Amino acid sequence: MTDATTAASVPEKHRNQWADVWDQFKTHRGAVMGAIFFVAVCCLVIFGPMLWHLDPNFIDIRSKNQGPSFAHPMGTDQLGRDTFASVLQGGRVSLLVGVTAMLLALVLGTLVGVLAGYFKRLDGFLMRITDLFLALPLLPLLLVIIMLFRDTLRAAFGPETGIFLLIVFVIGITSWMQTARIVRGDVLALKEQEFVLAARSIGTPSRRMIGRHILPNVLSPIMVSATLGIANAIITESALSFLGLGFPSDFPTWGRLLYDSTNFMTLNPERVIWPGLAISLTVLSVNYIGDGLRDALDPRIRGR
Amino acid sequence: MLNYTIRRLMFTIPVLLFISFIIFLLLDLAPNDPTGNLPMTIPPEVREKIRESLGLGQPIHVRYFKWCVQFFVNEPLNIIDQMFGTCTWGCEDRLRVQSWATRSPVVDLIVERMPQTLWVVGMSYVVGILIAIPIGVISAYRQYSWFDQAGTFVSMVGFSVPTFFTGVLMIVIFSVMIPTDSWFWFPSIYDTTHKVTDLASFGFQIRQMAMPVFVLALYNAAQISRFMRASMLDNLNQDYVRTARAKGMRERVVLLVHVLRNSLIPVVTVIALGVPQVFGGAIITEQVFKVNGLGQLLIIGIQGADIPLVQTLTFIFAVLIVLFNLIADILYGILDPRIRYD
Repeated sequence: MTDATTAASVPEKHRNQWADVWDQFKTHRGAVMGAIFFVAVCCLVIFGPMLWHLDPNFIDIRSKNQGPSFAHPMGTDQLGRDTFASVLQGGRVSLLVGVTAMLLALVLGTLVGVLAGYFKRLDGFLMRITDLFLALPLLPLLLVIIMLFRDTLRAAFGPETGIFLLIVFVIGITSWMQTARIVRGDVLALKEQEFVLAARSIGTPSRRMIGRHILPNVLSPIMVSATLGIANAIITESALSFLGLGFPSDFPTWGRLLYDSTNFMTLNPERVIWPGLAISLTVLSVNYIGDGLRDALDPRIRGR
Repeated sequence: MLNYTIRRLMFTIPVLLFISFIIFLLLDLAPNDPTGNLPMTIPPEVREKIRESLGLGQPIHVRYFKWCVQFFVNEPLNIIDQMFGTCTWGCEDRLRVQSWATRSPVVDLIVERMPQTLWVVGMSYVVGILIAIPIGVISAYRQYSWFDQAGTFVSMVGFSVPTFFTGVLMIVIFSVMIPTDSWFWFPSIYDTTHKVTDLASFGFQIRQMAMPVFVLALYNAAQISRFMRASMLDNLNQDYVRTARAKGMRERVVLLVHVLRNSLIPVVTVIALGVPQVFGGAIITEQVFKVNGLGQLLIIGIQGADIPLVQTLTFIFAVLIVLFNLIADILYGILDPRIRYD
C-alpha cells in the first residue's frame, strides 16, 4: 500500500495499474476507514504491550472485578488481572492466528487453483477434492480435530505453541476451497488469451509461465480472498476459543476473554463488551477493506 | 430432469460413504484412549476387556463395516419398526450405534434433541428470510438511497459481528441490565421442559425463543439480503422489465410479479445451500443460550470423548450438506428453464 501511495504522487505518464487501484480504493469511504482502523489495531496490539506495562497474567486479587478506572481502563477480571493488558495481548494472538491461517489457506488455495486450472490432467482430481472438502461439516470437524490432537501437540511443542500450530493448521486446511475455485476459474480464462499463446509459442516452460504470466494476473482475486480469509480466521479462532476448545485461559485471545467473561456477566457486564467489540470491529474493518479492494481491483468498475 | 436427479442421487452414495470413512479414520487415528478417563486403579487386563467391550479390539476395516451396517441398515429398520410397530427380521437383538457415555443408542439421543434445534434454528432461518427479502427488494429498487446505504451497513455489521458476541450482548442487555419484572426482560436460558398449555405459557415460549431466534435471524438475513439485492439489480436492467413497463403495467406488478419472481431463482438456491450451515452455526448459538439441541449434544460428546456420538452427528451434518447441495441444484433446474442438465 505504501508503494502505491508514492506512485500516485508522481506525474501522470508514470501511472501504473496499482496507482489506479489506489485511487479507486480511496473513493470507497468505508474501505479507507476500515484500513485506517485495521492499521491502528495492528499498531496497538504490536506496540501496546510495550507501552502498557501491566502484565496480563499479573494477579492482584485485592482489586478484582473492578469497573473501568484510570489504573485499569477496561476494569479487572475475577483474579484482578488487568483487562486492557489482556485485550492487547489477546489481540496479538488473534491477529497472528488470523494472518497465519489466512496465509496458509491462501498458499494452499492458490496452489490447488493454479494447478487445476493450468494442468488439465490434474483438474478433475483436484476439483473433486475441493468439492469433497466443501461437503465436510467444517465447524464440527474443527472441534473434533482439536479435541483429538490437542494433548499430543501440547506434549510435543508446549501448551501455547502446540495449540497455536494446531489452530492455524486446522483453520488453514479447512478454508482454502473458495480461493482455489476462484483462482481456477480465472486461470482457465487466462489460458485462452493471446499473450499466453504468444508466451507458449516462444517455448516458455510451464514453471515460468505460471510465475511470470499466470500468477500476476490472478493476484487481484487472491488479494480479495486474503482479506476475507483474515476475517474468517479471526472469527473461527474466536468461535473455537468461545466453545472452550481453543487456547488455555492463562493465554488470552479475544474469543477466550469473551468466553471467560460470560461467567461474570451479572457481576460486571461491561467486561463482555471489550473483547467482543475488538473482534467485531476488526472483522468489520477487514470486511470493508475487502469490499473496497474488490471494487478497486475490478477494471470494469475502476475509472467510473 | 428425473434422469439427472437419479444420476446425482446415485453419485451421492459413494461421496457419503467416502466422507463417512474419512470421519471414521480421523476419529480412529486420533491418539487418545476412550478408557483414559477411567480410574488408574483398573488393572491393564480389565482395561483391555473394557476396550474390547466397546468394540475396539477388531481391525479398522471390520469396525468401519460394522458401523456402516449399524448406521445404514439397522437404524433405518429400527425407525420403520417404531413408526409402524412392526418387527422386521432380527428386531430383538439388532445392534445399534451406542453412545459410550450414556450407553443409549445415539439415534435416540438425536431424536430427543432434534425438536429444540428445529424450532429455534428453523424459526430463525424463516424469520431471517422474511426480513431479508423485503430489505433486498427495497435496497435494489432504491439503489444508493439512504435505505440502501443503511441496509448495506447493517448487513455488513450482521455478518461481521459473530453470533457469540451478539448473543452475549443481548443477554447482557435484556437479561442482566433490565430488571426481571420488566416487560422487556427475556430469559437467557432456554427451558426445554417448558410445556405450552395455555396462552401464558405460550407467551413464555415465545419469550424464551425470542433472543436466540433474533440473533441467528440477524446473521442469516445479513447474507440473504445481499444476494437478494444483487439478484434484483441484475434483473431490473433487463429488457423485459422495460417491456412490462411499456405495456402500461403498474409498477407494483412489474416489481413484485415480474422482477421478484425472476430474482428469487438464485436466492432460493442460496437459501437451500445455507440450511446446513445454519445447523453448523447453531452450535455456537445453542451454546450461548444453553439450548439443549444438536449442537450442544455435539459439544458434550466432544468434551466426553464419546466417539460414536461425535461420529454419527458429524456424519449427519455432512449428509445435510450433500443433500441440500443436491436440492439446490435440482431446484435451480426446476425453477429456471434456461438451465438444462441433460
